[in-house]
Amino acid sequence: MNFEPTEEQRLLAESVKRFLAREYAFEARQRILASAEGMSAAVWSELAAMGVLGLALPAEHGGFGGGALDLMVVMEAMGEALVVEPFLATVLGAQLVARGGSPAQREALLPRVAEGKLKLAVASTEAASRYDLARVSTRARRDGNAYVLEGEKLAVTGGPQAERLIVTARTGGEVADRTGVSLFIVDPHAPGVRRTDAHGLDGQRTGSVRLEGVRVADADLVGGEGAGFELLDEVIDFGTALVCAEAVGALGFANDTTLEYLKTRRQFGVPIGSFQALQHRMVDMVIEAEQARSMASLACARVDARPAAGERRRMVSLAKVKVADACRLVSQESVQLHGGMGMSDELKVSHAFRRLTVIAQQFGDADHHLERVASGG
Amino acid sequence: MDLNDAPDEIAFRDEVRAWLRDNLPAELREKTVAYDHFTREELLRWHGILARKGWVAPAWPKEWGGTGWTPVQRYIFEEECGYAGAPPLVPFGLAMCAPVLIRFGTPEQKARFLPRIFNGDDFWCQGYSEPGSGSDLASLKTRAVRDGGHYVVNGQKTWTTLAHYADWIFCLVRTGAADEKKQEGISFLLVDMKSPGITVRPLRLMDGGHEVNEVFFDDVRVPVEQRVHDEGAGWTVAKFLLGHERMNTARIGTSRRELERLKAYAAAQVKDGRPLMEDARFRDKVTRLEAELTALAITNLRFLDQLRGGRPPGPEISMLKIRGTEIQQRLTELMMAAAGPLAQPVSSPGEPRDFDLFTAGLAPRYCNFRKTSIYAGSNEIQRNIIARMALGL
Repeated sequence: MNFEPTEEQRLLAESVKRFLAREYAFEARQRILASAEGMSAAVWSELAAMGVLGLALPAEHGGFGGGALDLMVVMEAMGEALVVEPFLATVLGAQLVARGGSPAQREALLPRVAEGKLKLAVASTEAASRYDLARVSTRARRDGNAYVLEGEKLAVTGGPQAERLIVTARTGGEVADRTGVSLFIVDPHAPGVRRTDAHGLDGQRTGSVRLEGVRVADADLVGGEGAGFELLDEVIDFGTALVCAEAVGALGFANDTTLEYLKTRRQFGVPIGSFQALQHRMVDMVIEAEQARSMASLACARVDARPAAGERRRMVSLAKVKVADACRLVSQESVQLHGGMGMSDELKVSHAFRRLTVIAQQFGDADHHLERVASGG
Repeated sequence: MDLNDAPDEIAFRDEVRAWLRDNLPAELREKTVAYDHFTREELLRWHGILARKGWVAPAWPKEWGGTGWTPVQRYIFEEECGYAGAPPLVPFGLAMCAPVLIRFGTPEQKARFLPRIFNGDDFWCQGYSEPGSGSDLASLKTRAVRDGGHYVVNGQKTWTTLAHYADWIFCLVRTGAADEKKQEGISFLLVDMKSPGITVRPLRLMDGGHEVNEVFFDDVRVPVEQRVHDEGAGWTVAKFLLGHERMNTARIGTSRRELERLKAYAAAQVKDGRPLMEDARFRDKVTRLEAELTALAITNLRFLDQLRGGRPPGPEISMLKIRGTEIQQRLTELMMAAAGPLAQPVSSPGEPRDFDLFTAGLAPRYCNFRKTSIYAGSNEIQRNIIARMALGL
């Protein structure tokens, strides 16, 4: 047992934190949120230069061959700074290609991701899917050497910024079957693709993608036809572990800033942190954050170990249950303990509230993951 | 970062597990599993088995019989004992009085008491709480007045766990003037329970069991050589003890065993013709508890990892106590819920009983475990400690 990060991880975490403290301070982040793109091209290139975009990609494609434990320190730093760049969306899209893509797809896409020249997003959510990755009603019909896609994807995180989408579509089976789900690389500018952009609650860009007779070449099928579910499930578990790690950073920020507020805000002539009613609530927030950190570590370690799918699902879901509960408690309490100030858009704590609220749901809320544990995945 | 046991940790765990398999008497294990109360003889039997193996006081210095294990090894040992269903090691001698003697005792006190604690020759209890002094321990009133080579002790202790088994009691008593600040003028005395003037009266609790007692002191004469540390330095000793609570306060191993049992038990109960574990409302409570316990096991290890450099444990102990006892209580609550209406009959005036003894134990155990968030510093006191020491509030 050893909970120390490796020397490489420690150095990387330090440089990412230093960079974000400099370039992603609250005012800078506010400007990025208000920008048309909802992200910073300069930040994106620096993330590429620091190697974090290629951190978990294979070395032969310009990456560093790392895993979730390596990304954990990066995610934690991003959570602390409430980074809204489409980082996780791109990482997950790249993982789908790295794990399931053809040599040609990997060669074409991964080096560009690592260099910061290509952003990706995963389009899987639909109106009736909730968090079930197998519930896909978008169809892909075979037509000569191509597929034709029909359907609509919703809440595609990072979708508006992506240069390529990885889209789930059904090539066989019934609407909730695990077999028959296929993954396609789709150019969002291809004929028949219509994107509607939206701002997410947490400031990240999201939106819907309508697919009307979109022709996708054979060569853009990722993995085997109809065999996309297992691959997607594995990569979303990887993403769930990462978002747990991001939560640790955001929880840490929310707790630190709330503790600072308790020490400085004075009422009745004393700091409000001298009131036991508030002290005990602050303590419970800190304990929750420690528990969430433990589960994030466990989830990242388990997805890296690549156990059998059932074991992986179970551990990731147990982790997400705990992290979702922690996000809810800490976000709500951090606003409450700030009083009216906690509601203000001008304080970072309200932005942490929004990100934590989204994380609690991202890739499945606590109820979804409780069900997943119960059903054995 | 590597969450797997290192090879030497795996080897150690295997060694402990194998030894427990061969040396934990089945009848003691069965009593643990049946939630039975242990007699003095049974507690001492297990103590003796561990003492002969040399494993009864792992945290002590080697010269007094400690094992020299790392904090992680000690944790593994305690976790395996809990998981295996070993009886508890009563902490008052091994984990409370002994560390105090090792830190503050005279050479004579160490030589006189430590070997007997190690071997289980003396059964100890703790004289801290008083009727008017619970969380506000320093307000204690039991008074010790110097009379030549003795102190004469008058007063009352309460909630004294296993005083009815004990040969000795360590006590906080007031030796200073009445007008002193309350943390001052307290001394730490070792008192022979056979001394004239001591009366032990049982306190029966809502679970029907007898664990705790009132202890009355009526002109009890205690030789001055049985005072540990200076007169008036008792609060220093008390605070030292607080910082030396055991790292297994979370009782991960025991809770793991109970969780497995809860799942098996609930799977065997039938609701609407189906196993209770298939009932989403019940099952989700169990899963949330499992997530909490899984997290706490890692949190516990992370804290231990931070102690590798030799730093003494701090307020993280309080976090483990709060969350560990919440989990223990929740386990008893869900076990009782799993039994449903069958948990209602808990005792019978005579034989034969027409209900299952195991099921009959669930509700009393639920009642009994309300103590865990109250004893050893209530969970509210633990939150005060974290707020002050870790958060600077």
